[in-house]
Amino acid sequence: MTIQLRAATKVVRGITHIKPTTLTLEAGHFNVLLGQTGSGKTSLIKLMAGLDPLGAGEIHMDGEDVSKLSTQKRNISLVHQFFVNYPHMTVFENIASPLRVAGMAKSEITGRVEEAADILQLRPMLNRRPQELSGGQQQRCALARAIAKESRAVFLDEPLANLDYKLREELREQLPELFAGRGAVVVYATSEPEEALLLGGKTALLNDGVVTQFGTTAEIYRRPENLTAARVFSDPPINSAQIVKSGTTAKMQNGISWTMGGSSAELPDGPYIVAVRPHHVTPVAADSTVAMDGTVLVTELSGSESSAHFEVGKDAWVSLAHGVHPYNVGESHRFYMDTTQAFYFAPDGRLVA
Amino acid sequence: MKTENQKAWFFVLPVLLLVAFNALVPIMTVVNYSVQETFGNNVFFWQGLDWFEQILRSDRFQAALGRQFLFTFLILIIEVPLGIIIALSMPRNGFWVPVCLVTMALPMLIPWNVVGAMWNIFTLPDIGLLGYLMNHTLGIPYDMTQNPFAAWVTIVTMDVWHWTSLVVLLSYAGLVSIPDAYYQAAKIDGASAWKVFRFIQLPKLKTVLTIAILLRFMDSFNIYTEPFVLTGGGPGNSTTLLSIDLVKIALGQFDLGPAAAMSLIYFAITLLVSWLFYTLMTKDDAQ
Repeated sequence: MTIQLRAATKVVRGITHIKPTTLTLEAGHFNVLLGQTGSGKTSLIKLMAGLDPLGAGEIHMDGEDVSKLSTQKRNISLVHQFFVNYPHMTVFENIASPLRVAGMAKSEITGRVEEAADILQLRPMLNRRPQELSGGQQQRCALARAIAKESRAVFLDEPLANLDYKLREELREQLPELFAGRGAVVVYATSEPEEALLLGGKTALLNDGVVTQFGTTAEIYRRPENLTAARVFSDPPINSAQIVKSGTTAKMQNGISWTMGGSSAELPDGPYIVAVRPHHVTPVAADSTVAMDGTVLVTELSGSESSAHFEVGKDAWVSLAHGVHPYNVGESHRFYMDTTQAFYFAPDGRLVA
Repeated sequence: MKTENQKAWFFVLPVLLLVAFNALVPIMTVVNYSVQETFGNNVFFWQGLDWFEQILRSDRFQAALGRQFLFTFLILIIEVPLGIIIALSMPRNGFWVPVCLVTMALPMLIPWNVVGAMWNIFTLPDIGLLGYLMNHTLGIPYDMTQNPFAAWVTIVTMDVWHWTSLVVLLSYAGLVSIPDAYYQAAKIDGASAWKVFRFIQLPKLKTVLTIAILLRFMDSFNIYTEPFVLTGGGPGNSTTLLSIDLVKIALGQFDLGPAAAMSLIYFAITLLVSWLFYTLMTKDDAQ
């Protein structure tokens, strides 16, 4: 099954929320919509679900033009960020609701509901009302409804955002296998790059209502087409600084310089932007690293990782390193940037090396 | 260690005093009258439950009670569905929301006797807008001072005009509190407009509707001013509702004993029906 967007746009009262978007989403793997809050993930989902009117362009499902089809007739499922279940119905009735509306036979409904409840471990709670469940169970109930329906597309709009850390990890691990082999196009919106990487499949990077890049998740992570894509797909945010290349030497405005290797050495001389992911800026020296002294502003210790925000001249940098490193806020510390892992962008933001 | 003393009573005292003076003492004077006979000069004779028996057995009371139930039944069966339909068709946001809300609230702001007077003049056969239109333009005989059916149509219409807004405003408040996500979920489930109403809007409206019906029941069951000004209980006794009859007995005939007994019976019926209705409606939630 496929969902195809052909120059689809969304315009509300003269303001463009989604610029012309052409995209083909397929079944068999997760399709992640990755973008920050307000980048248009929910707008795009609502457009595909038919909850918002299409401004221009077309949306096709399995080759059929559904642009003018109402939501009711599109045969889709949607799981929200906050838990949406019918409060006065039991868990069983909630999962059964789309099947009942479709007029399915009672025995078949019971079968499908119980199957979905088993997968999501909701069997003992079938007779309870949603408000008697924990947050994780409520969201599993919403997921069970989407699974039992066996629709041709499932939209998951940041479904784990309102769950606590442990539950989020647990459910995220289960998600790919929940939908594996069901034949539905699964679209998963998230603002966390880490989630996109863990879920794999394909990723569409969204920024300001524009899909800036679409492809295999790992490929996009390795080769962001432009600086915006690199920024969206990095958490903490990717470090970037302006450099001037002359010969094979790159020089930042603060005077730090290094020798460019590989394909980047072939670039014509001139101004560029260098971008390095935070975990390639560490307090540990190695081959091909360049040292930079910065004033530590903020430090965070998260389990086995230490992060530090520091300032070099006027530029803000972030370092993320394995292990526990003692930083003193306000004091100077030496960090090492791995230049072999650096991306080089042209001044207009295109990836050049 | 736990301190035990009787201080708590002290804090309950203000409420007890308030309730005593605004409810218990007035009711007890009525109870006082209902079991005694007086011929003035503050001389009372014990009468037991005779007045109660007399009232309950009287055709006049039974007829008034029947009319009262009919009136309340009619206005509830019109106002509640009509109120919900109007609330459903009101916009949820935008410029027209305040316009609709204010327009809806207007009838409720008019003093009750003014409402009666307005409808009286409005329906007069020769000079009233509606009365003239019906009789002289459309040729439909309509005179509520002569025809009991016309009188009933008029008092019911008047109450619907005056009080449907209450149901509308309460229902509207209930409807706007439903998050969009539920409507979206229902659309995705493929639900029709009726199913959305039946399974999303109606359950959400249950609480406010319980309150709306309860208020409309009590108000319409105790209604006095508007029909008194409009029809005075006529023609004949056709629109003499319980409270109009009560005032006739108490102040017209000055039969204080029977009037007091009737007040208590009246009060007991209102209380009983309200309690039954409320208990039935909230039974599910308590479980």
